[in-house]
Amino acid sequence: MCLGIPGKVIDIEGAMAKVEIGAAHREISLQLLPETKVGNYVIIHAGFAIQLINEEEAKKTLDLLDSISNQMNGGQDEVY
Amino acid sequence: MKYIDEFRKRSAADGLIAKIKKIASKKVSLMEVCGTHTMAIFKYGIKNMLPERVNLISGPGCPVCVTPQIDIVRAIAISKLPNVMLASFGDMMRVPGGNTSLENEKAKGRDIRIVYSPLDSLDIAKKNKDKRVVFLGVGFETTSPSIAATILKAYDENINNLFFLSCHKLIPPTMKALLSLGEVRVDGFICPGHVSTLIGTIPYEFIAKDYNIPCVIAGFEPLDILQSILMLLEQINEGKALVKNQYTRCVKPEGNIKAMEILREVFEVSDSSWRGIGVIPKSGLKIREKYKNFDASAFEIEVEDIKEEEKGCICGNILRGINKPYDCKLFGKECTPLYPVGPCMVSTEGTCAAYYKYERRR
Ligand code: SF4
Repeated sequence: MCLGIPGKVIDIEGAMAKVEIGAAHREISLQLLPETKVGNYVIIHAGFAIQLINEEEAKKTLDLLDSISNQMNGGQDEVY
Repeated sequence: MKYIDEFRKRSAADGLIAKIKKIASKKVSLMEVCGTHTMAIFKYGIKNMLPERVNLISGPGCPVCVTPQIDIVRAIAISKLPNVMLASFGDMMRVPGGNTSLENEKAKGRDIRIVYSPLDSLDIAKKNKDKRVVFLGVGFETTSPSIAATILKAYDENINNLFFLSCHKLIPPTMKALLSLGEVRVDGFICPGHVSTLIGTIPYEFIAKDYNIPCVIAGFEPLDILQSILMLLEQINEGKALVKNQYTRCVKPEGNIKAMEILREVFEVSDSSWRGIGVIPKSGLKIREKYKNFDASAFEIEVEDIKEEEKGCICGNILRGINKPYDCKLFGKECTPLYPVGPCMVSTEGTCAAYYKYERRR
């Protein structure tokens, strides 16, 4: 039941926002996340945005994962 | 989809699995607290990718499974009152309660609606002024702030025909209760990512400090879960017990302060009864006095005493991590997703349902 899905905010009107989830559009409430801006990605649960997705942090995680897989597949990252 | 596909990359998963195999030196039991993690672990076959030394156990984090029968029986009794429409998340419909379920009652003609968001129940109330609309609120800290926000909105809009039956539960006190029972050995916790987007990382600190058990807050994609397992193994190998955050793209140490303010404005902490575990102090939420006009627990209903467990069902032990579904004599025989005996088989996130769907053939 704690499923949350990422969506991109494409329009904001008052406390409501339109989000794009894959190819689908949906209306959600920003009551719990009033700082949301158009263009942000948010985690959506039960019709509410519950948290912003931090692009930079996502990239850091992916970089770390890449370095682990390079290291395990022959230590390529030791070149650096 | 962005933020999903990148976290399912095969090459990265292979790297993580190789590293896990390399560093997993001894037998460990890791508990995934959240039912959504349980589902993801089965869906992506993560159990089978891990070395046998790394044992994953499912915890009590399926809100449907831990809602005691008496709450279902109450909701059903309320649905029978004159002029009442009951609204609930779809997950609750099939949970057995006193020989029936919301789904059965709906088939018998009661006005019971499945909604996706608590805000839908507000809409229903506005469109049906002559009815009393009651929302059955279940869920952990991921969900309860949304219910609180809906109550605030109804308060501001002077809505007087919308009510909430609060069966909400809190995660950290439950982890504490599990540990103090001392029945199950846990070497590390995979902590619920979406609960943590709201509550942050600090509420888990006591587990690391007082119980010396490492915690990693995890996202829900396969790479998230594998990386979290790796992060736990690293801590275990180094003899450390810290709260670490794998899901940094969504979880801030402080959580969502605004949402938690809204939650605390509307609800106060109360003792709460868990299916299979019993009453856990300070593990639930009740509506504050100021918003009592929205509280459906004040409705006058008569409910008979019911025994909590169905005969032979060991859901309680499964929720506490002591038994696995195979230990239940009814598993896959009398009890299947089509004819569930206990809540762990009803909920799509229940441990028995997950084992039935993904593990039965092995
Ligand atoms: S298999 Fe069915 S009866 Fe057995 S513990 Fe699971 S839900 Fe209960």
